[in-house]
Amino acid sequence: MALLTFRDIAKAYGTVPVLKGIDLVVEPGEVLALVGENGAGKSTLMRIAAGLAPPSSGTMLLDGAPAPASLHAAERAGIVMVHQEFCLAPHLTVAENVFLGREITRGLFTDRKAMETRARDLLAELGSAAPVRARLRDLPVSDWQMIELAKAFARQPKLILMDEPTAVLSATEAGNLFARMRAFRAAGGAVIFTSHRLDEVKAIADRVAVLRDGQIVRVERAHDISEDAMAEAMVGRPLAEIYPPRRGAAARKPLLSVAGLTAPGAVEEATLEIREGEVLGISGLVGSGRTELFEALFGLRPAKCASFMLRGEKRRLPAAREAWGLKLAYLTEDRKGKGLLLGKPLAENVALTSGAIAGAAWIDRRAERRGLEAAVGRYDIRTGRLDVTAGALSGGNQQKVLIAKTLGVEPDLVVFDEPTRGVDIGAKQQIYDIIAGLAAAGKAIVVISSEMQEIVGLSDRVLVMRRGRIAGELSGEGITETDIIRFAMGLEEKDPQEEASH
Amino acid sequence: MTDITATSAGSAAASPGRTLVGLFGAAGPLIALILLMLVGALMSDSFLGAENLSNVFTRSAIIGIIAVGATFVITAGGLDLSVGSLSALVAGMTIMFMNSAAATLGDGWQLVAAGILFSLAIGAFAGFINGFMIVRGRVEAFIVTLGAMGIFRSVITWLADGGSISLDFSLRDAARPIYYGQVLGIAVPIIVLAVIAVIGELTLRRMRFGRHVAAIGSNRHVAFYSAIPVSRVRILTYVIQGLCVAVATVIYVPRLGAATPSTGLMWELEAIAAVIIGGTALSGGFGRIWGTIVGVLILGFISNILNLTGFVSPYLNGAFQGAIIIIAVLLQRDRAQG
Repeated sequence: MALLTFRDIAKAYGTVPVLKGIDLVVEPGEVLALVGENGAGKSTLMRIAAGLAPPSSGTMLLDGAPAPASLHAAERAGIVMVHQEFCLAPHLTVAENVFLGREITRGLFTDRKAMETRARDLLAELGSAAPVRARLRDLPVSDWQMIELAKAFARQPKLILMDEPTAVLSATEAGNLFARMRAFRAAGGAVIFTSHRLDEVKAIADRVAVLRDGQIVRVERAHDISEDAMAEAMVGRPLAEIYPPRRGAAARKPLLSVAGLTAPGAVEEATLEIREGEVLGISGLVGSGRTELFEALFGLRPAKCASFMLRGEKRRLPAAREAWGLKLAYLTEDRKGKGLLLGKPLAENVALTSGAIAGAAWIDRRAERRGLEAAVGRYDIRTGRLDVTAGALSGGNQQKVLIAKTLGVEPDLVVFDEPTRGVDIGAKQQIYDIIAGLAAAGKAIVVISSEMQEIVGLSDRVLVMRRGRIAGELSGEGITETDIIRFAMGLEEKDPQEEASH
Repeated sequence: MTDITATSAGSAAASPGRTLVGLFGAAGPLIALILLMLVGALMSDSFLGAENLSNVFTRSAIIGIIAVGATFVITAGGLDLSVGSLSALVAGMTIMFMNSAAATLGDGWQLVAAGILFSLAIGAFAGFINGFMIVRGRVEAFIVTLGAMGIFRSVITWLADGGSISLDFSLRDAARPIYYGQVLGIAVPIIVLAVIAVIGELTLRRMRFGRHVAAIGSNRHVAFYSAIPVSRVRILTYVIQGLCVAVATVIYVPRLGAATPSTGLMWELEAIAAVIIGGTALSGGFGRIWGTIVGVLILGFISNILNLTGFVSPYLNGAFQGAIIIIAVLLQRDRAQG
């Protein structure tokens, strides 16, 4: 009998559908891999299975009975989740973390010795020798992952959900984890895991489910599907007609050339050229250093570089406010956290950056109001009244306000970081038109995006990042989703094992 | 001057401006003040007399000026607990300076002017050190200013050798008009407060600097990513606070002519209470000086009513202030959630 059954599961956040009609069955003694692009719905599906988020509709069965609907009930029923972000207490010891909330007690007191012995065994099963008495904050992040995994196995679950368990592990550590997963499977346990490393998926999974746009598009036995076939299934669909027509390739003048840019811990030795009138797409997995590359370039995070040539003149890396003065603009991916003052009126938001760069000491409210009216017309910001706060608008309209705010300084180079995240299709198309219009007007444009289609649809040239480095460049007709994925996942490299151990 | 549309104080809610609740929230402190004055008038015949009112206003001016500075700090998401001790320190050092400078500058207006400049310099410097430690040193404002509060207080106690530092009697006449003087029948402290409040309100509401202060308090990351010089503005709010403390102290010194280790005790509580009662968001992002002034008057009248009526012991004044600050924050929280 099936261990876990998803039947027509759907999930929407607000009006944005994240999962649509998911039907999936997990058998006991099976390792199931979920693969898909960023935002395809993998993590959401895991969260639903773990009782962290209720589905909007559909049913979920555990051992044929309705599945538990809360995290605690799910844990009692034998489902545990290993999160991508760690859920550990840095100030407690390893042993205390492994048994957090499940302390072994003797009488009134916790039995430290028993917990330490048991934790040591659990870690040894994962091939880890992390010291069980050490405080977590003193240990490296790969140990944290192992402790998180040991914590999950300590619960003696029937089903473990692992979200990107190998993201921070070396090849050897990943190998140890796979050995543990096989032992767990042999004992009748089931695992659902996500990974961006398709070679791992191939190596460890029994079955692979490919998610795209919140739907399962393909389920195969792992040995019946190649890595390339997985990559194709993840993206494989024709480009919709929402992208502006491509402009002809012309010889374009470089606006900014950077060599050997390094931001500690995020970007290594990046060399790139950004040209006038060109849309440069930046692709790569989340965490590959895309955002960090441009934050480093514009003085928003500490970095150094071998050379920085702007409009033909060499200079040092600009500081945070300096970049704006040089007409270099960065439009943040984090609209709510870094982009807009949600509690402040629209006019104030639109005028914020340009005012901070070149505004007079005395605020001209009438001019700000006129600026807002112009922006509303130009970028089609849809709002009933003009005196509402930014937080009152929908995601797409907020994004247009953010664009108006950023373009208010009339930059020559604009970096759009995830310009259409959380934006509906209509607003998306308008944003694409704005981007194409800027490029046509001779501005240098960079688009960072997790949406492969967006990169392919908009870019004249694409840089693919992987682990803080620029892994490859594609241009013109050579820009395909499959090639981007291959660069992003390191499939181009001859020996992924060696690469993984760096 | 009430910018009603801005009352949502950094919350993501839509503008509540035109609704009755929003209007009530915006004018809340003013309504409370009027109710309080009605209570006062009912309980004491002399309450609404010109002498009593002038007295309350004059006494409130000192806290009021400090609270104007505190409005800037709190609007930017900061906090300054050291204002009371700083005031004692500025008072003591300025008196010592004036006593020793009297030999060269005489006992006329030159000495008073030098004393004012001296105290402004100390206030600005102390504020800068606070701000620098908080912003560049990345230490919590609470910790830095709590530490500064202890340091200032103990330095003045040490300077005064546990006793008091008195302005020489020969100099008191020169300084006297600063507190006791009148212009067009209005006491000087009230005029100073009014001028500072108007400048403060215009700066916070109509100038780029004030916009940046509120933006930083609303969301520091957004401010940083919007090219606002976040560190400079944050440090400046503490400098403004220091300057306001210095001005308040300049007015305070002639009143008693001495500084003691208990000068300015609990002023931080009164100043912060006034700011919060006035509707400035404790978490930052929205501030209004006129509200702060109303808050100061509410505190001043409560103390005054306790003194006049003898209904409750004036010794319990601090308890009232403490309770009011908690209630004000409680009301703010409910408004933000609603």
